[in-house]
Amino acid sequence: MLHAAAVVFLPLLGAVISGLFGRWLGDRIAPVLASVLLVASAVLGWIVFFQLTGSAERVTVHLFTWIDSGTFEVSWALAFDQVTAVMLVVVTTVSAVVHVYSLGYMAHDPHRPRFFAYLSLFTFAMLMLVTADNFVQMFFGWEGVGVCSYLLIGFWYKRPSANAAAIKAFIVNRIGDFGLALGVMGVFLVFDTVAFDAVFAAVPDVAGTSISFLSMEIDTLTLLCLLLFVGAMGKSAQVPLHTWLPDAMEGPTPVSALIHAATMVTAGVFMVVRLSPMFEFAPTALWVVTIVGASTAIFAATVGLAQNDIKRVIAYSTCSQLGYMFLACGVGAYPVALFHLFTHAFFKALLFLGSGAVIHAVGGEQDMRRMGGLWRRMPVTYAYMWIGSLALAGIPVFAGYWSKDLIIESAWVTDGFAGGYAFWIGVGAAFLTALYSWRLIIMTFHGRPRMTAEVLEHVHEAPRVMWVPLLVLAGGALVGGLPMLGGHMVDHGGGEFFGSSILMLGENVIEQAHRDTPLAIKALILVVATGGIVAAWWAYVKRPALPERLASRFSRSHRFLLNKWYFDEVYEALLVQPAKRVGLGLWKTGDGDVIDGLGPDGVASATLSLARRARVLQSGYLYHYAFAMLIGLVVLASWFLFRIWG
Amino acid sequence: MSQWPLLSLATFLPLVGAAFVLLTRGDNEEALARNTRYVALWTSFVVLVVVLLIWAAFDTTTAEFQFVERAPWIPAFGIEFHLGIDGISLFLIVLTAFLVPVCILCSWDSIRTRVREYMIAFLVMESFIIGVFCALDFVLFYLFFEAMLIPMFLIIGIWGGPRRIYSAFKFFLYTLVGSVLLLVAVLTMYFEAGTTSIPDLMIWGFDEDLQRWLWLAMFASFAVKVPMWPFHTWLPDAHVEAPTAGSVILAGILLKMGAYGFLRFSLPMLPEASVFFTPLVYSLSIVAIIYTSLVALMQEDMKKLIAYSSVAHMGFVTIGLFSMNQQGIEGGLFQMLSHGVVSAALFLVVGVVYDRMHSRLIASYGGLVHRMPRYALVFMVFMLASVGLPGTSGFVGEFLVLVGAFQANTWVAFLATTGIVLGAAYMLWLYRRVVFGELVKAELKSISDCNRREMLFFVPLVAAVLIMGIWPESLLDAMHVSVVNLVEQTAGANEGASFAMGDGG
Repeated sequence: MLHAAAVVFLPLLGAVISGLFGRWLGDRIAPVLASVLLVASAVLGWIVFFQLTGSAERVTVHLFTWIDSGTFEVSWALAFDQVTAVMLVVVTTVSAVVHVYSLGYMAHDPHRPRFFAYLSLFTFAMLMLVTADNFVQMFFGWEGVGVCSYLLIGFWYKRPSANAAAIKAFIVNRIGDFGLALGVMGVFLVFDTVAFDAVFAAVPDVAGTSISFLSMEIDTLTLLCLLLFVGAMGKSAQVPLHTWLPDAMEGPTPVSALIHAATMVTAGVFMVVRLSPMFEFAPTALWVVTIVGASTAIFAATVGLAQNDIKRVIAYSTCSQLGYMFLACGVGAYPVALFHLFTHAFFKALLFLGSGAVIHAVGGEQDMRRMGGLWRRMPVTYAYMWIGSLALAGIPVFAGYWSKDLIIESAWVTDGFAGGYAFWIGVGAAFLTALYSWRLIIMTFHGRPRMTAEVLEHVHEAPRVMWVPLLVLAGGALVGGLPMLGGHMVDHGGGEFFGSSILMLGENVIEQAHRDTPLAIKALILVVATGGIVAAWWAYVKRPALPERLASRFSRSHRFLLNKWYFDEVYEALLVQPAKRVGLGLWKTGDGDVIDGLGPDGVASATLSLARRARVLQSGYLYHYAFAMLIGLVVLASWFLFRIWG
Repeated sequence: MSQWPLLSLATFLPLVGAAFVLLTRGDNEEALARNTRYVALWTSFVVLVVVLLIWAAFDTTTAEFQFVERAPWIPAFGIEFHLGIDGISLFLIVLTAFLVPVCILCSWDSIRTRVREYMIAFLVMESFIIGVFCALDFVLFYLFFEAMLIPMFLIIGIWGGPRRIYSAFKFFLYTLVGSVLLLVAVLTMYFEAGTTSIPDLMIWGFDEDLQRWLWLAMFASFAVKVPMWPFHTWLPDAHVEAPTAGSVILAGILLKMGAYGFLRFSLPMLPEASVFFTPLVYSLSIVAIIYTSLVALMQEDMKKLIAYSSVAHMGFVTIGLFSMNQQGIEGGLFQMLSHGVVSAALFLVVGVVYDRMHSRLIASYGGLVHRMPRYALVFMVFMLASVGLPGTSGFVGEFLVLVGAFQANTWVAFLATTGIVLGAAYMLWLYRRVVFGELVKAELKSISDCNRREMLFFVPLVAAVLIMGIWPESLLDAMHVSVVNLVEQTAGANEGASFAMGDGG
């Protein structure tokens, strides 16, 4: 499996070369070298993919022991199964496209070697994440991609907003990791191992038992799955830990396409799919996954509707689509979640890179209110945006149609509150998805040009190095979901393709969806999506004054959406400011007045005045201090002892 | 190999070097200072080589003390000159020998007055520190333990900043009070057991009531050194005023002595009392982690910020040690080593810009990456290690501690884990304000990047952080047997207690 290891380590090699020897190799050679290595990695990735999908066995390449402490044993290892294989091709393909695209996009940036080093390093960390055979290596990749994301969001480090966004992304993700880390510790406590295989094998024995956590008795697997899911919520930007993703758009657009659309943010979905043998035994946790996913899907779609920054619209769209994926996991349709992850990677990266071309063309402008009428000047990009949007909205034969439809259908056949909630929200969000997608297209490419004449003068189609690699993504968005291609993943309920890498208990929800969804429901989904497009056409082409009027008529709701439901403001008031105030108080009052005041300084001055009056001791201050502190300590210690013995 | 008195060699070589420094001559002031620096540097390198030889010859399969040297010293009281190391002390010696050359290198240009005395102070201190970790006789340990404070006191008091006298005294007083009580404990143990031999005291088995008093007396000394909340306020002051190299030793090694004391004395000699007081240690450690992290968030002085972060990181260490299982103790020990490297490196990072601008205020900087890309990279690595990023040394210790704590008590693990969020907040914010942003301040426009001498000590430190993060087995392997042995020593007490206390989870 040498070539499988090469898939993972070629990007690392690229990162090292570009990062450490970039200055020596020069601005031109280092990025090209990194890109070539990534394309090679992608090609090998596809080879591994086809080898794996033929066989059923998981292949593990053991590298060396990482941490070993008693029964806590962790190895560096590369494990390949079908779930990994899907992630492998998604990550390496999109990354390769983004690398090549960036050769053009970043052509004028003086720090290109650093940029490509980060991109390649990110790819390596992501591959370590998806090939982990234990929880701790997964955590390594998990945090590694987080750091690369932090570095890339803050890539333009002169901009204060970019720095703020980078830190916010890291901290919010750390809050998620807080849960994830506790989950991993809990897994070790319960199973006495952190290796996936051993844990999965032992899960059925643990099902139904309970564990004491923070003085509460909780069902063991529910607790573990929920803790781990908190990590997934942070990484995959689910409500209420989503606030970092829109801000992350401060990074260069290729970064948004690779990290904040196609790969890193899907790590949470990947983890839930990977841990299906645990989640399947924790129905309560699955219920939570469904509700969180569905709520995010609709929440983000409503916010996306009101944003004017082209990248933020797509960012909220990503948030919403990730919600769909979790929703699919929650109803037990893991293969569909992965299928949607696969198709989404193509069309969302396409949309981002397309919008990057637009931003590039209009001189860095991201506000759609200062765009418009671009389609004649950049027809290729325009076509890409159409393909991406059609796939996103779930219009038949495009990739998103196959995966998203199946998600909503899987929700339809799921009983209970969660199923109903997921289904209706899935339908509602589908309408909004189409609406905001065509709002974007119309505001960007149609109508009168709203930029200055000077900017308009310079509008041009993207250079070849940028639009040619996008052919790969456009191809994926066009045909990636067809039953004989990507759709193969969910044939016969996914069991055939994924084998033992995904566990689904009970009746297969996908087969059920294929069989039991009435034609009316299928039609409804289609009508809703088309309706969204028509509504966008009506509101932004036919009656262009309508959105304005609606916004002023319902100004309060509009402001609510525009300000993203005020999540940031609430967090700032409830968490950030209090933390700073408490920190300051503890420092000045706690350390300064209380501890030092009662401790050394207070004792010193008290002794000093006492000594001055008594004039008994003539020696230096040292012993005064010492003596007084000694007495204080003894008193304290005895008090403590009496308290606990008394 | 074991025929050679390697431990004595490592302990007393620095003293020999100090004597050489004293004998060094030079044509003028400048030449004398230069010669002194070289003598000190070469001495510290030779010590490092000796210590590496010890590591190479170390037998990882036994919990017995190794390289033992034993000779009567004060026969009337049965006090011996008794040296030996195990998997717990080995790496603290390695860490010491590793950091002292770094200290000498980083003081190369910044110390210009009384260079000879400065170098002598450092070498003497190195000797005493290695002595602390090698001593197997309680009286010998106590002597080294106290004696090493003197050069430290002088380094802060003579070569320190403007408020150096206040800081030096605060530092000395805090540690002195602890020392007095530790002495009481030593004497009590001697009168009780009739020996001061550490291996003998470990198996003596003190009466439970007595154990509690002894434990508290030792705690007073060790808790100040760690430092545990609320005995920590001397640390930020001492760091702020100390010269860079002083901070390096303070953060890198001196703080570890307290934790080493818990490992070597409190846990094995007083296991029942240790179990009894575990809730106290847990609560103080958790307060330390959360409290000092929040305080660190608001610091305006870079050195103070890192000093407060040290208190938080050492909180992890004490939690790990008192979780009394293998993961917790190995994690605590590893965190000690990692913190020894990372916090030392962070103080060096501050020292680099302090040498150039003579300001430690965060507000004096901003946008350094424009002029100092190498510096930015080095700082980044240590910042991420401090945050506990997997793949760096910071992760291994922290995570093992938390894994250990989770088994002992989920509340402790839960509250301590908040430290990983807060830790990220203050470090990232520090880095952003110092390194990122536009470079606007006129006086920074000509600041120069790390020079070759500075890279000479940064590169090994970066390598240490990464190797410890990617291949921690290289260190953990030598700890296993000793730690398992320690866990067994405390196991009996632990079982009795968990029965009495009920399930803390």
